[in-house]
Amino acid sequence: MKARIVVTLKNGVLDPQGKAIEGALGHLGFDGVGSVRQGKVFDVELHGTDGESAQAQLDAMCDKLLANPVIENYTVEIA
Amino acid sequence: MKTAVVLLPGLNRDRDMIAALTAITGRAPRTVWQTETTIPDVDLIVIPGGFSFGDYLRCGAIAARAPAMRAVAEAAARGVPVLGVCNGFQILCEAGLLPGALMRNNTLRFVCREVKLEVVTAATRFTGNYTDGQIIRCPVAHHDGNYFADDETLARLDGENRVVFRYAEGTNPNGAIRDIAGIVNTDGNILGMMPHPENLIEPEHGGTDGRAIFESALGITSRLAA
Repeated sequence: MKARIVVTLKNGVLDPQGKAIEGALGHLGFDGVGSVRQGKVFDVELHGTDGESAQAQLDAMCDKLLANPVIENYTVEIA
Repeated sequence: MKTAVVLLPGLNRDRDMIAALTAITGRAPRTVWQTETTIPDVDLIVIPGGFSFGDYLRCGAIAARAPAMRAVAEAAARGVPVLGVCNGFQILCEAGLLPGALMRNNTLRFVCREVKLEVVTAATRFTGNYTDGQIIRCPVAHHDGNYFADDETLARLDGENRVVFRYAEGTNPNGAIRDIAGIVNTDGNILGMMPHPENLIEPEHGGTDGRAIFESALGITSRLAA
């Protein structure tokens, strides 16, 4: 079973890296960029689990390691 | 007087910390490798600075889950003082032993220079040898020192007098919220700070302003220059 986890910064948390990327896009001539926020993607392969327990496991992985709840949100998508 | 230093792959300030603790206590600290599950009986545990596990995932995130950190948490719960400097502060936050998180500097630049710190409170076991409001010098060297916590946490830190150090005189080098440079846990026995007091402990360093943090924690009387 394959899953994709997307971790993003919470609203209101300053993202200096996103700001820098936003600036670089401007330098390249992309004028219509309102804002850029940088995040992370994890592709996880799980062995021998059903959908429900996979979801629970993946949530636990996010809570315990993949995301920092102080500054980040996450979403889990099971393929 | 016994101390211990936690060692993790990718740290690079461990030798400075060991030298500082040796100079202050007169004996070399015990070292605890990341895979060890117990910590010897000591008067102070220190997590030094560097880039544990290459800052992979988030700075301090992988180190915070190392077996030795479980042992640190157990020792801290028994009341043993724990000091985390720089990466050590990041690791303590990631381990949930201190609130908040340390993010990329708002300038996006690695910063390596001296700052001024306000000792916000001398009523902690790490700052007893200073005075309230004293301004000290201290070096910083980091890329992720931008302290962040939500409003509720910040209100609690202020209300409980747990912000121990603030960047003073406009020297905030990283955008840390409310100029926070160091905080303690609720019980007051875990201090995390971004600046490096171990690099300002003898006259040959150009000053001794950082020495009293270690001496306070270890119950040694400090001779502070006014």
